[in-house]
Amino acid sequence: MIPSKEEFFNGLAAKHGAELQKKFAVASVAVCGAGGLGSNIAIALARAGVGRLKIIDFDKIEITNLNRQQYFADQIGLFKAEALKENLAKIAPYCEVTAETAKITEENVTELLKGFPIVCEAFDKAEAKAMLVNAVLENMPETYLVSGSGMASLNSANLIKTRKITDKFYLCGDMESDVDAGNGLFGARVLVCAAHQAHAVLRIIAGENNENLEK
Amino acid sequence: MTKINGKTEAFSGLTIAEIVEKFGYNKARVAVELNGNIVPKAKYAETVVSENDVIEIVSFVGGG
Repeated sequence: MIPSKEEFFNGLAAKHGAELQKKFAVASVAVCGAGGLGSNIAIALARAGVGRLKIIDFDKIEITNLNRQQYFADQIGLFKAEALKENLAKIAPYCEVTAETAKITEENVTELLKGFPIVCEAFDKAEAKAMLVNAVLENMPETYLVSGSGMASLNSANLIKTRKITDKFYLCGDMESDVDAGNGLFGARVLVCAAHQAHAVLRIIAGENNENLEK
Repeated sequence: MTKINGKTEAFSGLTIAEIVEKFGYNKARVAVELNGNIVPKAKYAETVVSENDVIEIVSFVGGG
């Protein structure tokens, strides 16, 4: 028996405080990429009670994803955006999730992200990350953007940080460890970065984006 | 003097394109902020850095 929407809200409010929970409940966040970063960011935000999520990814689940991405073995071969929507429905049944199987480009980015004042960049390729960040910052100046860069390798998880680059742009990661330099991707360290991104989003929603804490 | 990624450097008079190249960054992997504002990629070659400018070059790495 799944609890009612009100029971869910009250359960979350008991942990977060009712005032803050109301802010989470009316927040809309777009997650670009549903891999190691995006699947974990989306689950953290849904669990926190964020009201509306849009998941955008063009890819299908592969066996090599399961070390870090929030999918089940029987979901291999499915489109990630759709599979994540299914998994989110089990975790947070009252979170309004839109799944979009699409490749984000400079041409469609504004259309795909319309109506979402907070955007998470959760791609894997460096060029795609740079494309999205440039496109959002150039064309959507009112949008908050939380990006992830540098979470590969077995280096210490303590090196992963959240930095506030501008008023609207936050960057999480160690900024250095590149998969293209032969570093492995370890689930726990990827999760640390995803958690930084999700937490930065919650702080933005709460209005706790204090510059001094994050420079 | 200008400030690039928190360090003071004598780069005034250079363009963003020249600075990106000087640091060895791949243009396809960077986002550049000049005094808190994004510099559009199309403007790298014509944006000249002045005295006291604060520049932040974010160079993305792969993984996610």
